[in-house]
This record gives sequence, C-alpha cells and structure tokens, in this order.
Amino acid sequence: MTISKREAPSFLQVAQKTLSDFGLPRIIIMSTFILLLVLSWVNGMNVPSLFGDVLRRWGMFGILVLAMVPGIRCGIGPNFGVTVGITGGLLGAVLSVEMRYIGMFDFIAHNPTLFGLTGAFVAIIIGVSVATVMGILYGMLLNKVKGSEMAVSVYVGFSVVNLFNMVWFLIPLTASILLFPAGGQGLRLLFNLRDDFGGVLNNLGQFRIYFGEHNSMNVPTGLLVVFFICCICMWLFTKSRLGMMMTAAGSNPEYARASGINVEKMRILGTTISTALGALGIIVYAQSFGFIQLYNAPQWMGFLLVAAVLIGGASIRRARVFDVLLGTFMLQGILTIALPLINVMLPDVPALPEILRLIITNGIILYALSKAKGG
Amino acid sequence: MSRQILTEKLLAFFFENKVALMFSIICLAAFFVSGMSTSLFFGELATRFGRNSFLVLSLLIPVIAGLGLNFGMVLGAMAAQISIFLIIVWGGIGTFGVFAAATVATPIAVLFGYLVGKMFNSMKGSEMIGGMVTGFFADGFYQFLFLFVFGGLIPIANERLMTSTGVGVLNAVDLDGNYMRQALDNVPMLNILDVAFWAVLIFTVATVIFKLIKKQPLEMFGSKGLIKLLVVLIPLALAYLLSFIFMPFHYFLYQDRLVGWMAVDIALIGMALYWVYRLVREKFIEKQPGVPFKPVAYLVLVIILYLLTLHPEIYAGLNHVQIPVLTYLLIVGLCFLIKWFMNTRLGQNMRTVGQNRAVATAAGINVDRTRIIAMILSTLLAAYGQIIVLQNFGVMITYGSHLNIALYAIAALLVGGATVSRASVKHALTGVILFHALFILAPIAGTQLMGSALIGEYFRMFVAYAIIAVALIMHAWQRTKSNKAKSATA
Repeated sequence: MTISKREAPSFLQVAQKTLSDFGLPRIIIMSTFILLLVLSWVNGMNVPSLFGDVLRRWGMFGILVLAMVPGIRCGIGPNFGVTVGITGGLLGAVLSVEMRYIGMFDFIAHNPTLFGLTGAFVAIIIGVSVATVMGILYGMLLNKVKGSEMAVSVYVGFSVVNLFNMVWFLIPLTASILLFPAGGQGLRLLFNLRDDFGGVLNNLGQFRIYFGEHNSMNVPTGLLVVFFICCICMWLFTKSRLGMMMTAAGSNPEYARASGINVEKMRILGTTISTALGALGIIVYAQSFGFIQLYNAPQWMGFLLVAAVLIGGASIRRARVFDVLLGTFMLQGILTIALPLINVMLPDVPALPEILRLIITNGIILYALSKAKGG
Repeated sequence: MSRQILTEKLLAFFFENKVALMFSIICLAAFFVSGMSTSLFFGELATRFGRNSFLVLSLLIPVIAGLGLNFGMVLGAMAAQISIFLIIVWGGIGTFGVFAAATVATPIAVLFGYLVGKMFNSMKGSEMIGGMVTGFFADGFYQFLFLFVFGGLIPIANERLMTSTGVGVLNAVDLDGNYMRQALDNVPMLNILDVAFWAVLIFTVATVIFKLIKKQPLEMFGSKGLIKLLVVLIPLALAYLLSFIFMPFHYFLYQDRLVGWMAVDIALIGMALYWVYRLVREKFIEKQPGVPFKPVAYLVLVIILYLLTLHPEIYAGLNHVQIPVLTYLLIVGLCFLIKWFMNTRLGQNMRTVGQNRAVATAAGINVDRTRIIAMILSTLLAAYGQIIVLQNFGVMITYGSHLNIALYAIAALLVGGATVSRASVKHALTGVILFHALFILAPIAGTQLMGSALIGEYFRMFVAYAIIAVALIMHAWQRTKSNKAKSATA
C-alpha cells in the first residue's frame, strides 16, 4: 500500500490541471488502472505477460472503438448501433469460411499466412460492403430522429442482432465447422477460426520481449500495425476537407448549413464510416480472439465501445483519435488485469471483474449523458 | 348524416387501435397455425396476465409525466428482490412474508426512485437511454451486494440461500421453503372479504367521527357525500353477513381461484351495469341529443363477448382457467387507483409537465419535483409488480429475474397501442394480453411452420426489440416534424 501512496500525489498533480475538461470519473478510472497495476506487481504476478495481453486486447478492440469517432463527430452521438455494422462483419466472416470450405481459396493453400490473409480479406470485403449498405440506410433513419439518436440506435442495434438470429438459423450453408452437429439446426453459437484466418494478423511479425527468465511480453505486431494504420487514416480523414465539413455539420449544424454544407449527407457519411468500421473491427477482433460468436454475442458490444471512447476523454459531441487510443488501453487494461488479480486476492468473488466492467462502462456513459445537458 | 358520423367514428377507432389490431391478427393467425387447444392457451394466458399486468401498469405514470418509457424500472425490481431476500433471511412466512417484503421494499424503492428521478432531471430529453444505462449500472452494485456483501461483509448463516463458501447468494432462491410461493394467489376469497369489510367499515366510521369532530356538515349526497362510501360498504356488509348464514356461499368463498367462465361473467355483468348506468345518465339525466355512441357500442360488445363464451371450444377453454382472485383484484384496484390519481391535482400537474415543461413552470408547477414524484411512484409500483411476479414463479433467479422485465413490460405496453408520450390503462391491459399471447404461441407456431421451436423464440425476441425500436423512431420522427413546423411558422 505504501507504493500506491507514493504514486498518488504526482498523479493527482497532473490530473488537477486537466480536471475541468477531464472529469472526476475518468480520474477514478485511471487511478483504478494504476492501482491494479501496482497491486498485481505487489502480488508477484507476471506483469510483462499481463501487459502483453493488454496490448493484444488494445489492438483487438481498437478498430471497433475507432468506429465511435466518425459517429460522434458527424453529430449522431455515440453510435450504440455499431452492432449493425458488427453484424454485417459477422456475415462477411461466415461467408468467407463457407467459401474456404467449398474450396475457393485452394489455389493459395501452399502458403498458410497468405491463405489466412485471403480469407480475412474476403471477409472484410463482404462485411464492409454489407455494412456500408446498412450504414447508409441506418444513417438515413437517424436523420429522421434527430435528438433521440442514442435511444433509437440502441434498440435498432438490438433489433438487427435479433433479426440476424433468424438469419443465422435459416441461412443455407454447408461448411461443417459452421453448422450445429447432428440434431441441431442452423449455425453454431461459436466456431473456431483455426482453419481460416484465426490469429493471422496477430502472428504476423509477432515477437517476445524478455524481462528476466520467466517474465516475457508478447507483442502482436501485425495487429497493432493494422490498428495504428486505421488510426492514422482516421486522423488524416478528420484533417481533410471532407472530414472538417463533417465535423462542422456535427458540432454546429445551423452554422454548417448556412455555409453551404449538406448536414444530412454529412451525417449519413459519418454513420456509414462508423458502421463500416464496425464490420472491419469485428473481423480483426475475431481473428485475434480465434473464434466467432454469433447470435446474441454482439448485442452488448456497443456499450463497451462507447464507454471506451468516453474514458479516453471524448464526450457525446466531441471525439478525437487520441481518445480511442487512451480509452481502449485504459478500459481493456483494467479488465485484463482485474481478472487474474481478483482470482489471487479475492478468490471467493470470481464475478468481481464482471461487476467492475458493469460499473465502469455504464458509470462513464451516465456521467457523459448528465454532462451533455442541453445538447 | 348519422351514418357518415358512424363510419368516421369506426375509421377513427381502427386508426387509433391500429397496432393492437395488427397484433390481434398476428396472434389469431399464430393461434390457428399452432393448433394449440383453447384450454391450454387460456390457462397460460391467464397466468401470464396475472403475473405481468402490475409491472406494465407501473410504466404509465412516467409516460404521462413526459419521462417516456421508464427503462429504469429495473431498479424497482431490484428493490423487490433485495427485500424478498431479506424477508427470507429473517424468516418471514407465507402471505405475511409477501406483505412484509412489500413493506420492506417500499423505502428502498422510494430511495431508488428518488435517485433516478434526480438523475433524470440532469439529463432531460435523454431519459430513456439514461434509464437503460442506469439499469445496467445499478446491476453492477446489485451483483456486488448479492455476491460479496451478503455473506462476505454481513455474515449470513443459511445453507438454503448462500453458496458453499458462505460468501454470496445462490443463483436461485426458493420461495417455497418459506411458503411464499403463490402466497398472494392462494389467499381465499373469505379472507379478502373479511379484510375488505372491516377496512371499509373502519374507514367509514373514521370519516364520520372526523367530520363530527371538525364540525363539518354530514351530508348524504353531493361530491363529498357519505353515499359514495355506503355504496361500497353496504354490498360488502351484505356479502359478509351472507357468508355467515348461507353455507354454500361460505364454502364457495373458501376457494382462492375463480373458474374462468365465472370470472368472465362477473366482469361482463360489471361492464354491462356500468354502461347501462352511463346510457341512462347521458340519455335521461343529462338529456343529450342523438344516440349515445359509446355506451351502445360497449353494450353491443358485451353481448358479443358473452355470446362468444357460449361457443363450446371457448367455453371448454374458460372452464380450465383458474384465476387467482387476490392478484387480479390488486391489478383491477391499481387500474382504478391510477385513473383516480390522474384526476387529482398532482396527477393533473404531471399531465401538464408531460405536455409542456415551459407551460408547467409558468403555471407555477415545480417541474423537477413533479418528475421526481413520478419516478418514485413508478419505481415503487415496479417493486410491488416484481413481488407479484416472484411469488407467482415461486423461485427468484437472484442474478436474472430483474434483467428482462423492462424489455417485456415496455414491449407489452407498446403492443397495446401506447406511444412514448401517450399511454393509458386500456393500452396496458390490451398490450399484456396480446404480447403474452404472442409469447405463448410463437414457439409452437414456429414448430408447426419450420419444424423448430427456436425460430419462434427468435421471432418473439425480435418482435419485442423491434416494437420498441419502432415506437422510439415514431416518437422522435413526430417530434422533429413538429419542431420543423414550429420553426416554419415562427
């Protein structure tokens, strides 16, 4: 405990300056993160290995969280309905697995990495195309419900997830890895991507950093590179003419309209990019996870992603790429470290990480909502 | 001329009830596809109606007060579950235990409602998304309470409730061990009559004494006349007396359930009497010109419904229905209570706040306070509703019973034809019947059509989410349209 006390003042001094636009909840969350790090070190856990896990999950969730940025910037607020795009991405992944099964990628089977990358690429192409179409429709819908986008997007997302439950159940596919074993009907709840594109980005240029004999940190280079490229693209987009116009349409629609910007079109553009990034993000997520979960699995994902970008410093009306980098790292860091730590410290309460997740994610969203008064 | 008016009225009726009518058609189609027997279907529907109506009714007040659909009702359910757990720990038994749980739940639910109302005041316009998120946020603390505080910080030695380590509550808490399973449903009519008679008698006597002490005039008729109390007291007293001298009646009252057709007949007779009274009042006392459309329409409806019950299939179905008397009385009582409340001064203030906050402020109404009261009432009713649900199930799923109640209750209300800004008792009751009919029929119809119950299950979940999504979209759409119209005229 002495260590955490020594840490606290310096941290608070830094925090004090940015308190006004940073907010108490974020400071609490950051302190929690640092406290968890210190506690896991004190408890003699393998901190570098944990840190490697945090890096992996950072890249895994990063693109999905990045999908929040165009949504917030174009004025629809945190896009809880990113599940629409995620569902599109899942459709792409499922079709890619089916295409691999019927032998469409066999011409490249001699090179496993290229084979996997092709599968991922096809999944992304299909997923992003489907998500783009759905995103345009979804954006047009959100233009009709200005002022209530958040509640609408939550339930539109839920509806799409539940509509696709029926699609997963009825879709006539043949790949045995996708289907329920004998006796069942429809696609499986969860299937392995081992024979497809599982881990293909993570393993690309992956290396280990050793700290002493037993402590080592795994760096998933390919995953992080893809994540950073997406971040840079998004950052360049926000600096471009089109991106500036979109931001203007989101932050001050009246002014934007007066200066000749088509606000409705800009909102559709932002929503579509957000939805398409959701599709891309879930495929990157799935290849890192190694499995694909269908049916109700993506239902609650929107909340986790919104919380991540808010923790990074975004608000309902303003978001930067930096918020994504910081927020995803914080949230995933806490969730990754808390699980093994609580197993060591409080083995009687195995559900504590889940409780932590509920309180942190929903707490930060509530805080942001109450700050957005009059918006 | 009058024919034209009639067509217009009929058209207006169809338009007003389009959602409910559409769902009626879906339910009828699903019923015929499923090939389910009426006795099974009616029995299941009656159970679900008794179980869920109270929760759906708890949603009405916030809608009227302009807070939209109260997704924060989950907190009321949490209050109910905390108090039921405490009552079981303290050894409360049977019907007494259920009422004790309601008593303990009251302050907890009032506190939760106050906090949620306070928070909603700081996020006006995004109450619904706020309510959703609040539910999940509170669920974190709820889980912490049940997984760690109970047993961990507060030692509770009870093998039936706690996990093997002694920290944390089991996933399922059995209410049967404390005889609380269906303890409300199982209260005999005789006891209800006893309590009702003595309560009304004491209330009447107290009123008379109060008026004598305050030296107020004791008038028989008029708006505050004693006749209103006597109209309730005299039939109760007669029934009470009859239960002593007429033994068949006494034995009849020993039951705690009414057979379906009997309940339907009683309800129809009640409806018929009420509308005959309205007809007489409008035609002969107030002497309104023309044919009074509404009473006549309702009387015709009553006759049609009665004739329907004579159909052998439906009669057989109703014959299998067992209606828990006390639970249904509580639901009916709540309906009248809400109707009465909306006509009080506070209720009228809520209506004003719901229609226009600026106008309400100008009229001297404390908007924030009124909204908080609406949230407190809704949370409290949701807590009572959840107690009714749990005693009917007989098992409390500690970490799950509260999770989906907002989804199902809100979907049911909307199926009945309510919107985000307009809801009534009629919408709530129709909605419960239609939504739960679909819930019962969808898996069976799915089996018949596609060979799998699962597809029906996915379908009904999709319907629940989609109906809420559509309602939110329609509400927001109308709001933006009216905003545009306003800015165009300004």
